[in-house]
Amino acid sequence: MMNDRVTLILLALLAPVASFLLIAAVPPLRRAGRPAAFVSFAAVLTSLASALRNWQLSGEGSEPIRAAWDWLPAQGGPLATMGVLIDPQSTLMLILVTLVATLVQIYSLEYLHTEPPGALGRYYAYQSLFVFSMMGVVIAPNLLQLFICWELVGVCSFLLIGFWYRKPEAARAALKAFWTTKAGDVGLLIGIVLLYRLAGTFDLLQLKHSIESHTFETAGLGLITFCLYLGAMGKSAQFPLHVWLPDAMEGPTPVSALIHAATMVTAGVYLLVRTEFLFRETPEVLALVAWIGAITALMAATLACVQTDIKRVLAYSTVSQLGYMMTAIGAGFAGAGFLHLLTHGVFKALLFLGAGAVIHAVHSNEMKDMGGLFKRMPQVAIVFIIGTLSLAGVPLFAGFASKEEVLGAVLAGGFMGPFLMLLTAAFLTAFYMFRVVFVVFFGPAKPAHAHADPHAHADAHGTGGDPGLAMSGPLWVLALSALAIGGYFTLHHAEAEFTSPAWLTPAAVTVALSGIFLAWLTYQRQTISADSLASAFGPIRRAALAKFWIDDIFEAIYRSGLLALARIIGWVDRYIVDGVLNVISAWTLDGGDVLRRIQTGRVGDYIFALAAGLVFLMLWMGGGF
Amino acid sequence: MPLSAYLTLSAILFSIGLFGVITRRNTVGILLGVELMLNAVNINLVAFSRFHGTEVGMVFSLFAICITVAEVAIGLSLVILLFRMRRTAIADQIDWLKG
Repeated sequence: MMNDRVTLILLALLAPVASFLLIAAVPPLRRAGRPAAFVSFAAVLTSLASALRNWQLSGEGSEPIRAAWDWLPAQGGPLATMGVLIDPQSTLMLILVTLVATLVQIYSLEYLHTEPPGALGRYYAYQSLFVFSMMGVVIAPNLLQLFICWELVGVCSFLLIGFWYRKPEAARAALKAFWTTKAGDVGLLIGIVLLYRLAGTFDLLQLKHSIESHTFETAGLGLITFCLYLGAMGKSAQFPLHVWLPDAMEGPTPVSALIHAATMVTAGVYLLVRTEFLFRETPEVLALVAWIGAITALMAATLACVQTDIKRVLAYSTVSQLGYMMTAIGAGFAGAGFLHLLTHGVFKALLFLGAGAVIHAVHSNEMKDMGGLFKRMPQVAIVFIIGTLSLAGVPLFAGFASKEEVLGAVLAGGFMGPFLMLLTAAFLTAFYMFRVVFVVFFGPAKPAHAHADPHAHADAHGTGGDPGLAMSGPLWVLALSALAIGGYFTLHHAEAEFTSPAWLTPAAVTVALSGIFLAWLTYQRQTISADSLASAFGPIRRAALAKFWIDDIFEAIYRSGLLALARIIGWVDRYIVDGVLNVISAWTLDGGDVLRRIQTGRVGDYIFALAAGLVFLMLWMGGGF
Repeated sequence: MPLSAYLTLSAILFSIGLFGVITRRNTVGILLGVELMLNAVNINLVAFSRFHGTEVGMVFSLFAICITVAEVAIGLSLVILLFRMRRTAIADQIDWLKG
């Protein structure tokens, strides 16, 4: 049975990579577009089936299965191995990744149906590569393999954000995402190398074992976990490295749903869940994780309130929810954070795909161009509201249980400050999400958007009804999953590792409902004018509109610090390094010019020199004959 | 006769050849000098072969004679070519490699 599961996982891994290689290496297939899509789709469906079967085979409390193959041979055992690690976490995460990837690939077929076939082929090649890399991160049994796949998902993210690379904003956003996450990845790499020096292994199970049996020098572990956290900070868009995620919305909406909501951005959280046993040894780093997480959650929720672009609201909401997960991990309860990761993956993918359907119909990202869409596209409206209720944490929906777990975990960890920040963020979450719902689906209908938007294209659904089956199908699957998860957790309350006070559930629900109520008063009944609400929070609103000046600070650092440094280094390179080399080369030239005069070009002279040299050598070596 | 007599003869022959190669200005003369040097080597080979009582040196000298013939043929044809191009066979006047 054990080998069965390893084979299954390998199948799940190899199907997408085979599909990627096929699409990438066979240009006619790639240029054909739709056939490439079906190849990729078959591969991801194989992965989904394998992941589900693997889940079905997993028993209660079974030991983690680890299969590894030598990779870097060295004296005294291989330096690194490649393999798979199957445990409950990777099993669940695999299902999330493959499920969302499958649905997104179906959805993209309709969403991108006006793209030229070549671009579609390219899109599906990237999608296949992404599925492979993300699964690689999930099942990696050692940190080295995790890092390789981690970088691969970063590349896929770069490629897919820049899918419309002719658009300057998209190309710029792709670069920004790549560089920002790379800044964190450098930390991750340093952390992994330091950890190897300390423990002599990359293997997660071995590390865990040596931590538990205390055969481990924990001095200096704080720096290592901090470095690992830096990597997670970049990938999971934690303050202050969150700036790339909102810009990443320049990519196609299905990509945002898959990579920038459900899977890749949660890789950082997943890394922390995986290495939780290390972090537990360094409580000060954990406290940092919790505080940064809470700051991220609150800040991003504030920013989401002032956005006018529907995708940007969702992007900031993702940042905020990632902050929730991180805070729970920081409080010492990685399980709660992981649970929120899973539920969030489902309902946030749902929200993004729903928003994509709206954008597809309205041909604009701006909420001012949307309104009264409930009548035009009731299906999308219903699933979007299901997603919103899940995100807001209303009972019976997916986000409720996990959010309450997170709040309880933070409280149990004794972090009162972060708890209050998260509670405020929960209120804001409910508020800004229902602002979107009321404005987009219930507000007064807006005239059709006039100017052509580069995102959307004229199509058969130009009148903007409910989308076709390829788009609505995935939406319904995700909506029903969100409902099923919500229902499951309402019936079976998760066995928590901690006890939360009785007032927590009512408090969380009250906060969520009051947020919804405020949004209803402001944007539906308009009892409270949105303008007066805005002016009441004047300074905060202005700060939020400026994204709390974080982008500006980065830009200032870039302009003053990095550019100045680059100029100094450029000067040193041009005048000192190059100068020394130029002088040496000039001397060599002059020397050559002098030495060439020895060459007479006459054969006799050369032979004479040869003979004289021979005689000299004989005298020197033989000391006479 | 002792071995040293042969070796002395060979050394004298070699030196004469070398002297000729260095001092001769005509390319044909230089080739002649080279021939003398090669024959000095042949004398060495044969002398040692007799001294050690093995045939290897003799076989070698036979080879060397054959190769010398070929070398002279090539060398003379090069001289002819050179003469056609530069209208001279004097080595000192052929200094294309002068720096």
